[in-house]
Amino acid sequence: MRKWAGALGDHGTAGPPLDLRPIRKAGFRGLVTILKERWDRPVFLALASVSLVALGLILFFIFREAVPVLREIGLGGLFGTRWNPTGDPASYGALPMIAGSALVTVAALVFAIPLGFAAAAFIAEVAPRWMKDVAKSVLELLAGVPSVLYGFFGLMIVAPAFQRAFGLSTGRTALTASVILGIMALPTIASLAEDALTAVPNSYREASMALGASRWQTIRRVTFPAAFSGLIGAAILGMGRAIGETMAVLMVAGNAPQITASLLKPVRTLTGAIALEMGETAMGSTHYHALFALGVILLLIALVTNGLAEWFRGRLARKHGR
Amino acid sequence: MVVENAGTTARNLDATREWLERNLNSTAVIETERFSFFYGKEQALRDVSLSIPLDGVTAIMGPSGCGKSTLLRAFNRMNELYPNTRSGGTVRFLGQDLLKADPVAVRRHIGMVFQRPNPFPKSIFDNVAYGPRVHGNRNRAELRDIVEESLRRAALWDEVKDNLKKSAFSLSGGQQQRLCIARSLAVRPSVLLMDEPCSALDPKATDRIEATTRELAKELTVVIVTHNLQQAGRLSDHVAVLLAEGVLAEFGPTKTVFEHPCNEQVADYLCGRFG
Repeated sequence: MRKWAGALGDHGTAGPPLDLRPIRKAGFRGLVTILKERWDRPVFLALASVSLVALGLILFFIFREAVPVLREIGLGGLFGTRWNPTGDPASYGALPMIAGSALVTVAALVFAIPLGFAAAAFIAEVAPRWMKDVAKSVLELLAGVPSVLYGFFGLMIVAPAFQRAFGLSTGRTALTASVILGIMALPTIASLAEDALTAVPNSYREASMALGASRWQTIRRVTFPAAFSGLIGAAILGMGRAIGETMAVLMVAGNAPQITASLLKPVRTLTGAIALEMGETAMGSTHYHALFALGVILLLIALVTNGLAEWFRGRLARKHGR
Repeated sequence: MVVENAGTTARNLDATREWLERNLNSTAVIETERFSFFYGKEQALRDVSLSIPLDGVTAIMGPSGCGKSTLLRAFNRMNELYPNTRSGGTVRFLGQDLLKADPVAVRRHIGMVFQRPNPFPKSIFDNVAYGPRVHGNRNRAELRDIVEESLRRAALWDEVKDNLKKSAFSLSGGQQQRLCIARSLAVRPSVLLMDEPCSALDPKATDRIEATTRELAKELTVVIVTHNLQQAGRLSDHVAVLLAEGVLAEFGPTKTVFEHPCNEQVADYLCGRFG
């Protein structure tokens, strides 16, 4: 079959100089060839969809279990200020937990962000090679410590210390939870911020130093502004880490569902409420559905923070063409 | 702050010349004496001794990897931003030991323009005002004057005067490089080091940079690294040729070196037989 002989020009009668036809063979052997050469896309697609499907299922079931609560107590009931599921009448207002999570997270970030950025600046800009390696592995180690151990540390060391220092009846307070959460978010913030600073092209630093700026002036006026969106991304991911943390917070926050602005009072967080109460509710009860609603709130916060963080981090990459 | 005592600004070449002649009996701004430089164990420069004259443009040439950029970066202590480097010999700037001075002070007096235009991701104005601001100038009116003057000297003012708030990245490559020149001029250096400033630019942009450089050489000392023979011929009054392994093979007025090189290898290099 040489029906397009000479189609690419006059090369005699022996057919085209190069065979550019797609590889297609008939019958079983053709199928085998296709399988051999084209197996990659469907296989990788299937593997990749596993995680997407898992995420989809989680979303689906959490929403399915949460929706009935709207019928039972309505949106107004869900965003009430009292959480007392076992009282009579029972109330399922989620605001105390939302406020608790917010208070603890914000307070944690207030000291974790400056510390994390400072650590990142030190690792990326100042430390000599060997110290950089040591500091980075310490950060990774910190990130790898099981959260229950942080909780244990908070319970045994931080809580008693605060109790004594502030003369409280209990050391398990929002402040204790914030400190522990801050320590836990620190490695996330520091290592992502370090990535952001490292992504700033060296030519900026050289230009600044060549103008007679000191190292500190260069960090403050050039490197940090250039890495700004990446740093914001790091902070937001650290926030996501803090807001989603369960075990350590559960152990040290005191878990009283109250709305307060005082860091020295016990608070209950969204995560804490779910972990604490899910074992004691009857399946299908209003309480059960309300806990799933807390889960939906948590999930939405997580999706938004992650989306925002990725957007900011992507912006840094686009800005400096990497 | 030792360096500051010499009392020079870009504006008074004549005063500097007088000062140099009276106090040092020389016309060299920068003098190196048996200067060597090492990256780790690798030696990039070997016993380089030369004097950069106050007037005109001095070109440093040589084949790739001969250490010409290293020599240039030694003049404003940029090499030591990277670990594992060390140097031997002396470098003097207006008679003072450059290697013992405060590098930050040195860089205020010896500016640098890099191979690739590297403006900050800031506005045009903020790019030029960066140096003065870093050195503590917060007076808006003064900053505006400095920015205008620097942009004028870099022959960029007319093109950007209405867009000072625009990002520096909105400029073309050649404009960005002239912006970088303006940025260096804003701190009023006595010496401007240029590290192959045209290698990333097209011929037209190169022309403009060269014209600007010639103008600048009337007011300050310019040292330029280039691998382009024609450029060195057009631009420079003096030329230093480094050969493999960082040996200074020839130094003198450009015309003399180009027409009667003493060193055979330099003659080969200048004829384009290697490098």
